[in-house]
Order: sequence, then C-alpha cells, then structure tokens
Amino acid sequence: MHNNKPVKTVTDSITDIQNEIIDNFSLFEGDMESTLFYLMDLGKKIPAMPAAHKTDEFIVKGCQSKVWVYPTFTDGKVQFEADSNTEITKGLVYLLWSIWNNRTPEEILNRELFFIDKIGMSRMIGSQRSNGFASMIKQMKLYALAYKNSNN
Amino acid sequence: MQSVAKDIQYIRSQFPILHQQVNGKPLIYFDNAATTQKPQAVIDALLNYYTTHNANIHRAAHTLAARSTELFEATRKSVQRFINAREVEECIFTKGVTEAINLVAQTWGRKFLTAGDEVIITGMEHHSNIVPWQMICEEAGAVLKVVPINDAGELMMDEYEKLLSSKTKFVSCVWASNALGTINPVKEIIRKAHAAGAKVLLDGAQACSHIEVDVQDLDCDFLALSSHKLYGPTGVGVLYGKRELLEAMPPYQGGGEMIREVSFEGTTYNDIPYKFEAGTPNIGDVIAFKHALDFVNETGKSTIAAHEHELLKHCVDGLNRINSEANKQIITLVGTAAEKVSVQSFVINGMHHFDAGMMLDAKGIAVRTGHHCTQPLMKHFGLEGTIRVSFSVYNSKEEVDVFLDAVRSLLKFAQQ
Repeated sequence: MHNNKPVKTVTDSITDIQNEIIDNFSLFEGDMESTLFYLMDLGKKIPAMPAAHKTDEFIVKGCQSKVWVYPTFTDGKVQFEADSNTEITKGLVYLLWSIWNNRTPEEILNRELFFIDKIGMSRMIGSQRSNGFASMIKQMKLYALAYKNSNN
Repeated sequence: MQSVAKDIQYIRSQFPILHQQVNGKPLIYFDNAATTQKPQAVIDALLNYYTTHNANIHRAAHTLAARSTELFEATRKSVQRFINAREVEECIFTKGVTEAINLVAQTWGRKFLTAGDEVIITGMEHHSNIVPWQMICEEAGAVLKVVPINDAGELMMDEYEKLLSSKTKFVSCVWASNALGTINPVKEIIRKAHAAGAKVLLDGAQACSHIEVDVQDLDCDFLALSSHKLYGPTGVGVLYGKRELLEAMPPYQGGGEMIREVSFEGTTYNDIPYKFEAGTPNIGDVIAFKHALDFVNETGKSTIAAHEHELLKHCVDGLNRINSEANKQIITLVGTAAEKVSVQSFVINGMHHFDAGMMLDAKGIAVRTGHHCTQPLMKHFGLEGTIRVSFSVYNSKEEVDVFLDAVRSLLKFAQQ
C-alpha cells in the first residue's frame, strides 16, 4: 500500500464512481433496512426534474414504479434528467445518473457496469425491481445510441 | 383467552416455514391472500407420495397405481365433503381457480352464449374472473356487464338488480374480494340470477379458507376454489359444477383420460369428472391437498374465522389509532365493508406502496403491494395500488403489534 494516490484521469472516473458505490454499500454489511434508507437518501441528490419533462414519452417502460429519463446532448456528451415516483427507485436511478450523466455516448455504451453484481443488487431489490433497473439501463443506452448515430 | 393463544401456538408449530429469520428479523407472514403456508402434514404427504406411492393413476394394473388412484380419489371425496357437493363426480380437479373459470367460460360459454346475451361480473373481480369472460363474450358477440361498487367496497345490489334481465345468461362473481376482503351476499346474488334464468359461478379463491362452504345450500351452479390458498400445494384447484350442467358442457381439452373410445373416425368422451381432466393430473399435489383439508377440518372453520377476525379488528383499530395519534389522516383504509374476510388494504399518504412494502420486508414483514390483479378496482378508488395485509390462522396479535410499530416507523418518510 502506498499513500500517494495515483493521479486519476477523467476516463478513469467511471471506474472510480463504481468502486465508491461498492465501498459505500459494503458498509451496511447486507443490512436491508440501512441499505434502503441509504438508497432513499441518494435519490434526493438527483437535481430536480422539470415537471414539463415528466411526460409519458419519457417514462421508462418495464418499470413497475414510474421512472422518467429525459436526455439532452451538449458538446458531445449526454445529460440526463431523471426522477421516479418511488423513493427507493429514485435511489437506483441516482446510481446510474451519477455514473452516466455528462458522458460521451461511447462511454455509456461501452463501459461495463460492474457495480451491480458487486453490491448484490438482485438480492437487494428482488427480481421484479431488477427487471425495472435493467429497463432503465437499456433506455439510457438507447438514448446514448441515438445521439451516437446522429453524431456520425 | 389463554386457550386460544395456546391453540394458535400449537397451530403455528405445524408450519415449519414460519420459524425463520428474514433480513435478520423473525418472519411475519402477512401475505396469506396470495398464498397460505403449508402445514407439516401436507409437506410430509408430498414427500411420502414420491417416496412410496408414485405411479400414474386410473389405468395401470399394478399395486402402486392402485394405491395412487385410491389416494387421488380420496382427495376428491374430501373435497366433496368440504363443499357439501351432492355427488363426488361434480368435483373436477384443475390447476387452480384461473383454469376452473377458463374451463367454464370456454365450454359452457362457447356452447350456450350467443350474440346479444349478457354476462355479469362485478367491479371487484380478480383479472382471472374478468379476462376469460371478455374473451368468450368477444367470441360469442355477448356483452359483459359490471356491477358497480360503493366507496366502502361493497356491491351496489340495486344496480345488480337493474342489470339482470332475460338477456342475462351468466353471472360470475367473487365470493370474497382478494384486494378488499369484502364478502359478497352471494346467496342473494345467486337467487336473483336464477330468477332471471341465469347460471352463477362463484370465485371462491379467498372465501373458502374462511367461510363454511355448502354448494347445495348456496345453490350455485359452479364454484372455483384453490388448494394453495387453503394450506395445500400450488397447482391444484377445484371446479364444482352441478351434474346436469357439467354433462351438457363440451370437453375443455382433448387428450388421455377424458376419452371413452378413440378412433380416427371420431371419439367418444368419458363421464364426468374425467371428461374435464385430460392428461395426467397433478397427482402428488392433489393427494397432499387432502391433508390441507384435514387440517382445516380439524382446526375448524369457526376457530379459523374467529381468530382471523380478531386479528383484522386489532389491525384496523391499530391503523386508525395511528391516524388519531397524528391528529390527521396519514393512513387511508381501502375496503371498509361491513362483512369482510381477514384482508386489509391501505395506503400511507405521501408514500409509495412499493417503498412501504420494501421497508416492511427489510423488517421481516411480508406484505403484498401493487394492484393485486384488480386494476379496474384500483382505478375505481383512484389508486395505482395499495399495501395489503392478510391474516391466517397461524398469525398472532403480537405479530400485528410488530407490524403496527413498523408502519409507525415508516411515517417519517411520508411526504406530508
């Protein structure tokens, strides 16, 4: 172990954010209640989404609770606004938002989301929400793909 | 009351699944309307069947087959007694209530419904008593009518009477609502339907574990019930039908067991009940189902109902107390009918039911959240879904108290 932290490049931060998520979840040692409280707190960190963007067009299909994702594309990067009508789901949305907001379409499409298995997501949220979570990932990737294609 | 508590302790001891921790807390299972847990005798019967008796029933010439057949038909006799059917042949095994209703819709409906006929259901039906009728009505050109409900979640019987006419051919009605707990006045419903010349099917999925069943006294034409909501295995249901109706109905599925003679020129069908039991049935689960019925009979429906009502009242009083402590309505009860089985739906205002359900689960408390397969009913109440607790004979007042404390602890997350 060495004290000098290596200088992190911008392209590493997707890995760093995921490692941080893994570290934070490990603190709860599998305690469901604290994990849920933590997720609900995380949900509060997503910037408020304008009500005008919460239309049916931007609802993520396949989620039992309502999840809205509204994308924009500036300077070659994708920005996401996101919200949910349930607090725990909003925490899940935050995790994706924290990793993918303001990234290039290529980063969103190509970088692996390794934190999901590492934090035991499916055991934590059950299979139904896991399917919903997969739908969020798919939808955000579809937006990234559309921007990538429009850019070429 | 000591003896009741002791009885409950003895009953609980028969359900091995209850004695475990979930998420580090003792399991409190309040999702009994979805499925009840199974007593040891049912689990033992399944194990015993596969370790000592397993054989295909009704035809083979060997001892195991004879034993299996005897056990299988013994369950049918138990079912007959359980619902007081006139004849054992009037009890058909299905894979559940859903299949039982589909069977009637696809056979009776296909033969007897014609364009312009009307089928009546109610506003509190499970999807399984809506969709089969929509399908056959569309096919036959018949019209589906719905009896509306009031704000307490009770059928508006005056509206029902207005819907009945000479066009009404069939009434398919839930006996006790899975989402609200409402017990419908089925005897009156049946009497009035018969007066209009219509046949009646009762969806007994929720009712049969709480209420004494006597199909002759009810005079229902069909009754569907589910094993797994009656302490028995999943994958087994019963369709009761009056003999003359079952005999007049065409078969549901073709295959083995349901035939008398098959040739390429044509096939003659077996007698009831076998006419409706094509293929190898769910032998092991049907055999084990008898032990579930034995459990209910030994425990006694009146004991079960009395205990469950006490739990329901304790829960409703507790939820109401949370409102009065807070001096405002934080909790809204959904389904406040006068006559109910031990089911209570509610919402915590300012909190999504999914969040509440997950947080209760984290405390080891299993509840159901969502629309409970009754989307039209939820729409009536202007809700996407509710939190639903449903009690069984093995639940205790102490568990209800733990649940009420858990609900209290959630309120700080509600956005007021």
